[in-house]
Amino acid sequence: MTTLLEVQGVSKRFGGIVANEAISLSVPEGGIIGLIGPNGSGKTTLFNAIVGYYPIDAGSIRFEEREITRLRVPQIARLGLLRTFQQTRIYGLMDCVQNMLISTPHSHQGLWHMLAHCPREDRDKAEALLEFAGLYSKRHLLAGDLSFGQQKLLEFAMALMNEPKLLLLDEPTAGINPTLINGIIERLQRVNERLGITLLVIEHNMSVIMNLAQELHCLSRGRLLASGTPEQIRTDQRVIDAYLGVQ
Amino acid sequence: MNRAPVYEYLLITGIGVAALLIPWLLPNFITQFTFLWVMVVFALTWDLLGGQMGYNSFGNVLFFGIGAYACAVVQRDSGLDYFTALALGLLCAALLSTAVSALLGAGVLGMRGHYFAICTLGLGVAAGEIAGGWEYLGAGSGMVTPQYPGGIGERDLFYYFLSLTITGTGFFTLRRLYQGRFGLAINAIRDDEDKAEAMGLHTTRYKTVAWCVAAFFLALTGGAVGNLIGFIDPRDVAFSGATFGVWMILMAILGGKGTIWGPVLGAAVFHLTQELFWNFLFGWQRVALGALIVLIVVFFPQGILGWVRETWPQRFGQHVDTDRQGGEETR
Repeated sequence: MTTLLEVQGVSKRFGGIVANEAISLSVPEGGIIGLIGPNGSGKTTLFNAIVGYYPIDAGSIRFEEREITRLRVPQIARLGLLRTFQQTRIYGLMDCVQNMLISTPHSHQGLWHMLAHCPREDRDKAEALLEFAGLYSKRHLLAGDLSFGQQKLLEFAMALMNEPKLLLLDEPTAGINPTLINGIIERLQRVNERLGITLLVIEHNMSVIMNLAQELHCLSRGRLLASGTPEQIRTDQRVIDAYLGVQ
Repeated sequence: MNRAPVYEYLLITGIGVAALLIPWLLPNFITQFTFLWVMVVFALTWDLLGGQMGYNSFGNVLFFGIGAYACAVVQRDSGLDYFTALALGLLCAALLSTAVSALLGAGVLGMRGHYFAICTLGLGVAAGEIAGGWEYLGAGSGMVTPQYPGGIGERDLFYYFLSLTITGTGFFTLRRLYQGRFGLAINAIRDDEDKAEAMGLHTTRYKTVAWCVAAFFLALTGGAVGNLIGFIDPRDVAFSGATFGVWMILMAILGGKGTIWGPVLGAAVFHLTQELFWNFLFGWQRVALGALIVLIVVFFPQGILGWVRETWPQRFGQHVDTDRQGGEETR
């Protein structure tokens, strides 16, 4: 498998606080990779660094062998590297279909494209993806009126509409009704297999991430603590200590 | 986006027919109606940024003033006959204003929220001061636009239809833009600009185009109003932040931000009440206007149309969840 995303020696400090310290990891094309770690270990900071939201202090980030360290957020998104937010972000005063229609890929858009109507195919695709996310019956509701779990599904569908190559998911099952979590796992796997979208997932729910990911990276206090298969991580004494708070 | 309902076409036709007949039905009020169309452009162009895109501009009057001066300068210096000079003047006004908005937009539109509002406020005030000190533009004593070659009645009729044309073109341009991807994009920027950027939207490009469209129509209106009033004062006509500049915002908010009909309705209601205040409360008209503003903000923070929409959402093609299952997903 070729490497899709290559993170090398990335460091990020906020004043005196070290959020990420020389983190290196790689994401192979077509894989599902998990990122775990106790609260405050720097997982979301790493996501923000990868998508260009935080300028990093040291290190380099390469996507499809292209240096993206200095690119801005929308430029990186247009390359096909997308993230979802831990606190869901949707366009609250627009309905679900409109949320989907404006999430089409923006890489080849010229001025004329901006002023045009949305083509029929976009609308069909939006409805198909909303059905996939289980939101078809809610498609004409304002996104801001949906429940938190539904907004999370909508944000996921919007990300798929954008046809990313790599999707970074920040806690996809947090705040979701436990009975629906299996549905989410199944959808993530289908997206990975059928659409060929590589996934990098932050997740606190261990049973979810152990079932989903082929490879895990564990962060603690801003450092990469351990990497390996779910089985290796599960039995790694350093990981257990980090979670249980042993110094 | 959503297909327009039949009554919207009926409404447009009705207003269009009435607008064409007004000069003959209500000949005494023709100037008031000319200004009504001007007010509609003010409200619509302000709402393009303030309502649809979530960028509250306090300096849109800048483009109006640039338009008024540019048109008047071309009319004064071109040496052409009245109508050719006016046409050329309006064209130059629109192009100059659009160019200025594109240049300013690259910097100013990078700011958000209050910072953008304060910055645009500064731009409008500064423009008035510059115009008031610039000899080429008549400095503090302003500019007088050329005499219309014809009778007063003909002049009124000409400027009535000129304003109507500008307003109509502006209305349909915006309506068309809001129905397509452009409308979705600026709404997305309003709802969550960080998310829009994270999804790869060309946010800067969309924002700049929106401001350019507003500037284009404001400049045309500025050119027309300068000639209609016959005199361009730098601070009281062209860059009059305290009147036109504030009214734009009021009318859009009164009618309902973020809709196409809200600003139209707001402009009509505002213009009517303002004329009534001038007629029946003379001397107190500004006080009455101030009181009205307070009442609007307290009782109709969403504007007239916003209030109607909240009360009867289904009438506006909006769907309401009738079988809400407390966050359950329905398959």
